[in-house]
Parts: sequence; C-alpha cells; structure tokens
Amino acid sequence: MVNKIPRVPVREQDPKVRAHNFEEVSYGYNREEAMLEASRCLNCKKPLCVTGCPVNIQIPDFISHVAEGDFDAAAAVIAKDSSLPAVCGRVCPQETQCEGKCILGIKGEPVAIGKLERFVADYQYSKKESATMPEIAPPNGHKVAVIGSGPAGLACASDLAKWGYKVHVFEALHKAGGVLVYGIPEFRLPKDKVLQKEIDEVTKLGVTIETDVIIGRTTDLDFLIDKEGYEAVFVGTGAGLPRFMNIPGENLNGVFSANEFLTRNNLMKAFDPEYMTPIRAGKKACIVGGGNVAMDAARTALRLGADSTIVYRRSEEELPARKEEVHHAKEEGIHFELLTNPVEILGDENGCVKGMKCIRMRLCEPDESGRCRPVEIPGSEFVIDCDTVIMSIGTSPNPLIATTTRGLESNKRGCIVADEHGATTREEIFAGGDAVTGAATVILAMGAGRKAAKAIDEYIKSK
Amino acid sequence: MFEILEKTMLNPTIAKIVIKAPRIAKAALPGQFLIIRADEKGERIPLTISDSDPVKSTVTVVIQLIGASSHTMVEKFEAGDSYANVVGPLGNPSDFVHMSPEELKKHRYVFIAGGLGTAPVYPQAKWLYERGVAVDVIIGARMKELLIYTEELGSVCDNLYLCTDDGSVGFKGVGTAKLEALAAEGKTYTRCVAIGPMIMMKFATLTCQKLNIPIMVSMNSLMVDGTGMCGACRVSVGGQTKFSCVDGPEFDGALIDWNEAMRRSRQYQPEEAASMERYGK
Ligand SMILES: Cc1cc2nc3c(=O)[nH]c(=O)nc-3n(C[C@H](O)[C@H](O)[C@H](O)COP(=O)(O)OP(=O)(O)OC[C@H]3O[C@@H](n4cnc5c(N)ncnc54)[C@H](O)[C@@H]3O)c2cc1C
Ligand SMILES: Cc1cc2nc3c(=O)[nH]c(=O)nc-3n(C[C@H](O)[C@H](O)[C@H](O)COP(=O)(O)OP(=O)(O)OC[C@H]3O[C@@H](n4cnc5c(N)ncnc54)[C@H](O)[C@@H]3O)c2cc1C
Ligand code: SF4
Ligand code: SF4
Ligand code: FES
Repeated sequence: MVNKIPRVPVREQDPKVRAHNFEEVSYGYNREEAMLEASRCLNCKKPLCVTGCPVNIQIPDFISHVAEGDFDAAAAVIAKDSSLPAVCGRVCPQETQCEGKCILGIKGEPVAIGKLERFVADYQYSKKESATMPEIAPPNGHKVAVIGSGPAGLACASDLAKWGYKVHVFEALHKAGGVLVYGIPEFRLPKDKVLQKEIDEVTKLGVTIETDVIIGRTTDLDFLIDKEGYEAVFVGTGAGLPRFMNIPGENLNGVFSANEFLTRNNLMKAFDPEYMTPIRAGKKACIVGGGNVAMDAARTALRLGADSTIVYRRSEEELPARKEEVHHAKEEGIHFELLTNPVEILGDENGCVKGMKCIRMRLCEPDESGRCRPVEIPGSEFVIDCDTVIMSIGTSPNPLIATTTRGLESNKRGCIVADEHGATTREEIFAGGDAVTGAATVILAMGAGRKAAKAIDEYIKSK
Repeated sequence: MFEILEKTMLNPTIAKIVIKAPRIAKAALPGQFLIIRADEKGERIPLTISDSDPVKSTVTVVIQLIGASSHTMVEKFEAGDSYANVVGPLGNPSDFVHMSPEELKKHRYVFIAGGLGTAPVYPQAKWLYERGVAVDVIIGARMKELLIYTEELGSVCDNLYLCTDDGSVGFKGVGTAKLEALAAEGKTYTRCVAIGPMIMMKFATLTCQKLNIPIMVSMNSLMVDGTGMCGACRVSVGGQTKFSCVDGPEFDGALIDWNEAMRRSRQYQPEEAASMERYGK
C-alpha cells in the first residue's frame, strides 16, 4: 500500500547564487531520485492525474516504467501524447493540472509528475545517439504550411511530418520556438541544452523551418495556398501583442513591456556583453502584474542587478503565476506589493522614470470569472521609488494574419475563430494555441496543435 | 542567410548595400522597411528599403555609420558575405500607394530629405513620378560632400533642389528654409513628406503647418522585433500611443509628440556608447 516516502525534493541552485546568474534554477532528479519518487505513485486504477493533464499523458504508465528503471519505455509512453516533454515537465502549472488532481495530494504531497517527466526527457537527450527515432510514414505527396514556431506550430508540424506530410514552418523571428525562445528565460528553460534539442527533434522528422518570414507582410496565406501549392495551413501565431495600462507617464524612458524586456534578454541575449543589443534594468525595478510573465521579468531584472518589486492588484491567493515560480521569486529576494495598483508613472526633468504612484486595493465579491474583483481604497495613494517599470499585464493576438487573409474571421478580442479541432471559417485554414484562446499555456497550445494536425489529416484525406 | 551582392560607400559615413532577398523584393512597397541582424551577436536594426527589384530578387538599403551595429554591418561585411537575417517588408506602405489614379493626379508633392533620409525618399518619389504625379524634392546636407542619391533622385522628380548649410552647393541653408522660399515664389504643394533626423522632421512639420501643407513623416523609433510584439517603438500620435513598426512608420507630422519621440530615441544612449567603445577596441 501507500509507501511512506516523502516527496523527493529536487536539488536547486542556492537562491543567493542564482540571483546573479542565468543558469537553470532546478537541477532536476538523477536516476536514483527519479526511481525513488516514481515508487510513490499508487498506480491508481482510475488515475485522476491523467484527467488533470490537458493532453492526458498516461501518467501511471510512464511512472511505473521510471520506477523499474526503464526510462526508454517511459519516454515512449509520454511521446504518445506530448511532443515537448522536456519543456512541459519544466513549465506546466502542475499544481493546478496533473499534480493538482493526484490522489496523494489529498492527505500529503502529490507525486512530482512534472519533475519525473522532465527527468525522462532529459535522460533521452543525454544519451549519445538521441531518442529513438519515431516511425515516419513514407511521403504522401501533400504539402502543409505551419505559421509560427511556438509550441502549437511545432506540435502540429511534428505530427503531420510523422504521417508523411511535407511540412514547411514559417516563423517571423530569426529563431524558432515562439514564447519558449523569446519569453521564458534561460534560468527556467535552457535554450541550447533543452529547447533547441526539442526543436531539433522536429526538424529531424523532415520539417523545414524558414525563419524571417512574416505572413501578412513577406507573403500571405492566400499566396501560400493559391500559388505555392499548400493544401492546408495551420496558424499558430500566438498572442504576442503587449498591453499597456494607459496611465499617465507610460511612455517615459525606463518603461518597458515585459515582452520588450524579456525579448532583449532572451532572444537577443542582452545579458551577455558579447551580444550587441542593449538592455536596462536600472537600480530599482517595479514589475506590474502577477502572472508567469511578471515573475520572469522580475527575476530577470534581479539578475541584471536591479532590486525588483512585483506590483499586483489582487492578493497572493490570486497570483496567476505557477506556485513554484512565486516560491522561487521569493527565495531570490523579489519584493511583493500586493493589493496595489499603479495610477501614474512619475518622471524626472529628463523624462526618465523616478517613481510610480500606486493606490491600495481591497477585494470585493467574486466576478463572473470567479475571481475577486479588486477595488481602489480612496485616499490610499503612495509612491514607490524606482527607475524602471516593466508592464506585464497581458498580451493579445497579433491582428496581422486575420487582416490580410480573405474570409478568416476573428473575434472582438482579436482571437482567430476556431472550433476545438482547429477548424476556422476557411476550410483549408486551421488554427490553435494562444492565437485562438488568447494567452494560455504551453501544454494547451501543444494540445491544440496536435488536434489540428489530426483535423488537417482528415481534411486532406477527404478531399 | 542573405547574400550581399554589392557594397558601395556613397560617402565616408554612408554605405549602399544590395542584398539578395527574393520574397521581400517581390513584396516591397514605398515607405516600408527591413530589419537586418548582421550576425549571431548582432542587434536587429531597422533600415528603410531604398530600392527593390523583384526580377533580380534584390533589395537595397542605405546605412549611415552611427554606432556599433551600423559599423559592424558596413565594415565587417563585403560583397559575397551574408547577413544572418533580413526580414520584411515591415510597416505600412506610404498612404499614396492606396490612392486612386484620379486622386493622385490632384496632388503636387514636395519631399524634404535630410542627410541619410535622402535614400528612403527615392522609392517614394520614383513611385509617384512613374505615375505622372507632380513631384519636387528638396535635399539638405551639411556640405556638398555629404549629399547622396542626387542623380537617382534627379531622374524621378520634376525639380530637385539641393541645400547645404555652408552653401558649398545649391541653396545655402536648411531644407525647410528652401521650402519657405519656394512657397514665397508662389509654388504650391498639396502634400509634403519629410524623412530625416527627428529634429529635422519636427521643423519640417512646423514649417508645413505654417504653410498649410499636410505633412507625413517617417518615424525612425528604436525597435526590436518590428512586428508589434515589444512596444519599444511606441510613439504618441494625436494623444494616442501607436507602435511605429505596425501602425507606421509614416504618420501625420502634425500629430506627433516630438519631444517625447526624441527623448525616447535616446533611451539606450549610455549602453550604445559603451558598445561603440567596445567596438572601437
Ligand atoms: C514570459 C512568459 C512566460 C510564460 N510562462 C509559462 C509557463 O511557465 N507555463 C506555461 O504553460 N505557459 C507559460 N507561458 C505561456 C506560453 O508560453 C504560451 O501560452 C505558449 O507559448 C503559446 O504557444 P503558441 O504556439 O500558441 O504561440 P507562441 O509561443 O506565442 O508562438 C507563436 C509564434 O508565431 C510567430 N508569429 C506570429 N505572427 C506571425 C506571422 N504573421 N508570421 C510568422 N510567424 C508569426 C511568433 O513570432 C512566435 O514565434 C508564458 C508566456 C510568457 C510570455
Ligand atoms: C523605420 C526605420 C527606418 C530606418 N531607416 C534607416 C535607414 O534607411 N538608414 C539608416 O542608416 N538608418 C535608418 N534607421 C535608423 C537605424 O535603425 C539606426 O541608425 C541604427 O539602429 C543605429 O544602430 P547603431 O548600433 O549603429 O547605433 P546605436 O548605437 O544604436 O546609436 C548611436 C546613437 O544614435 C542614436 N540613435 C540610434 N538610433 C536612432 C534613431 N533611430 N533615431 C535617432 N537617434 C538614434 C542613439 O541615441 C545613440 O546615441 C531607421 C530606423 C527606423 C526605425
Ligand atoms: S504535460 Fe504538463 S500537465 Fe501533463 S503530465 Fe506533463 S507536466 Fe503534467
Ligand atoms: S493520481 Fe497520483 S498516485 Fe494515482 S496514478 Fe496519478 S500520480 Fe500516481
Ligand atoms: S518594434 Fe517591437 S513593437 Fe514595434
């Protein structure tokens, strides 16, 4: 029955040390730790964990292989449902998904499903000849275009390639990966060691990734379909447009969107003086928002030498960021000003940020989304001294594709209209991920890409 | 990789570079720009497309040596080498691209080009001139040696006016003074387009407001991605925040908050100076 082993802790870099470098925070499990942790799983007949995973990875199956030390078999189980295990094992909000449902979590600590998934993926990549090559069907002569190389696009491309399609991915930036490469920092998701390996797996299947092509500018969907002979297209262009608060002082020097700040640091590697793109974190940075993006921006600013403070209008309970990231941020010395909302950014005589005027908030009855609505406490304004402000209050989809493609509908929020299989208002165009849902998660984007791959396969076969 | 087919120094600080980029060459329209990243460690640098040839699959940019990135792009690369990344065409084409032939015929355009801004004026003047629209061009530079693209522009406009601060050639004074002089002579224009340093575009706007000529300017804000993803390029236009890369780069000059725009373009000055110092070594 239930073994009494407590959840095996994962080794991590000392917070005082990691606050000054960009190396990965968590070292992950070694073989022994992974097998010990795997032995905690009860192998439930009706595994609740699986229902919590958006792509329904057969969790007890893979974990029992880990417990036996058969990591290749574990990898094969995961591969049936996920094409980005090394990424998802690291960045999924496990506490609300798989681990949140694990039966062991009721009385104690859930099985560390994410850490085990990561271990299996890393183990595969660490082997000399990399992961066993999946089976690829012979070429079926059909061409499909995938727009965007984030998790949605990569997942869609890799499934289609396995089924024999000739897949061409078009990416606007100079590097593939979407948010995984420009948004999520190195200390959470190492780019060369982990992400690039998962992308290499996709290109090994025969997928071509062409960077520096902006669909809607360099060429457009109608041209790809009418002139370049693509029979179907998957649009996985994400939700990359940053929102601002529209408060006074937002265009002062020293106010950045989290996207700008993180892109300079991650995609352009501004933290490394060898690279030419500049970045400015200042001495004291305020980061507005409470999601993963805000945590990433705050912890990046800290690593660049700034004292950083998260300013969030609700309370700790409501912080949308992963629990683990909030915990790591606190350990590293990030300050939190909760139930606080900015009303104005103050500038000096040169137009540079010198402070942020905020107001205290309190929570009222829950709104439609079930979250408590914050309201201002009159007269509670105060000023936080800072020289940098990073806005991390959300993003929305880029309208470029919707506005340059005939007959492709999008909704009021700018999201492309698509059903759960990715079918849009144009028969041969499919869409999924953040471009359809608005900013969400890696695993949901990956799942949407795979569902769309299936729908595209059915569409082309039925023609 | 994008091959450099030609590199010509137009003067000691300005280079003309022709690059092979088939998709962009096919799509480019006047007013649009590119982003080039020279090599793995490079910055993403926005540059206006100053010519494109869909048949030869080439685009041309004219680069002024300013800081470390522009120096790298010009000094470390020769014809036959390749830039790591070239992406575009970015931004919206100039508004006249969407005008009907009847509407175009009603206009008399005057371009004011300052320094490096001369090169981006070329594709616009050419586009209009080829469609029979009346086009005058005023080019301003500090001295004769710094004038570029005079022959090219001379062939795509009705009247070309050269201005130098020191009077070494043409009109002695700045381009806006020449425009006032032309107006005083009785010349009338229905549209002005000014491209050059921000301070010059600001004064061109003031002059045009005085002369009652609607003016468009091309905002050379700091940029990272050029696709609307970062907001580095934000500019206040008529009291609203716009992103130069996707909402522009051309805006009605009269609506721009110039002081803010100029201040924002100095955002990374200390970091850029340090980068140039490292480059010099
Ligand atoms: C800083 C940050 C931290 C995050 N942390 C987490 C986390 O811890 N856990 C988690 O699950 N999720 C996290 N997320 C959310 C997650 O990254 C996204 O939900 C996910 O990446 C969406 O995937 P996608 O494939 O739909 O789009 P994206 O990853 O956004 O990829 C879209 C790609 O399409 C390209 N593109 C856009 N327009 C065009 C065009 N016109 N032509 C060609 N290419 C185009 C873009 O350049 C981009 O590369 C985070 C997001 C951010 C920004
Ligand atoms: C849409 C657009 C089109 C452009 N077209 C051209 C073009 O055709 N040819 C060309 O040579 N340049 C053009 N530019 C400007 C060009 O991008 C910059 O000159 C270049 O980024 C400078 O990089 P650098 O590293 O060499 O200099 P940096 O080290 O970045 O800059 C050195 C100094 O110049 C100042 N500076 C930098 N960029 C600008 C700017 N955009 N405006 C005002 N001051 C600035 C900085 O404050 C700094 O002090 C364009 C810019 C935009 C946004
Ligand atoms: S993909 Fe994410 S939710 Fe699913 S099992 Fe793995 S870590 Fe859990
Ligand atoms: S719910 Fe927990 S204990 Fe049960 S199978 Fe899933 S991981 Fe194992
Ligand atoms: S350059 Fe990033 S949004 Fe314009």
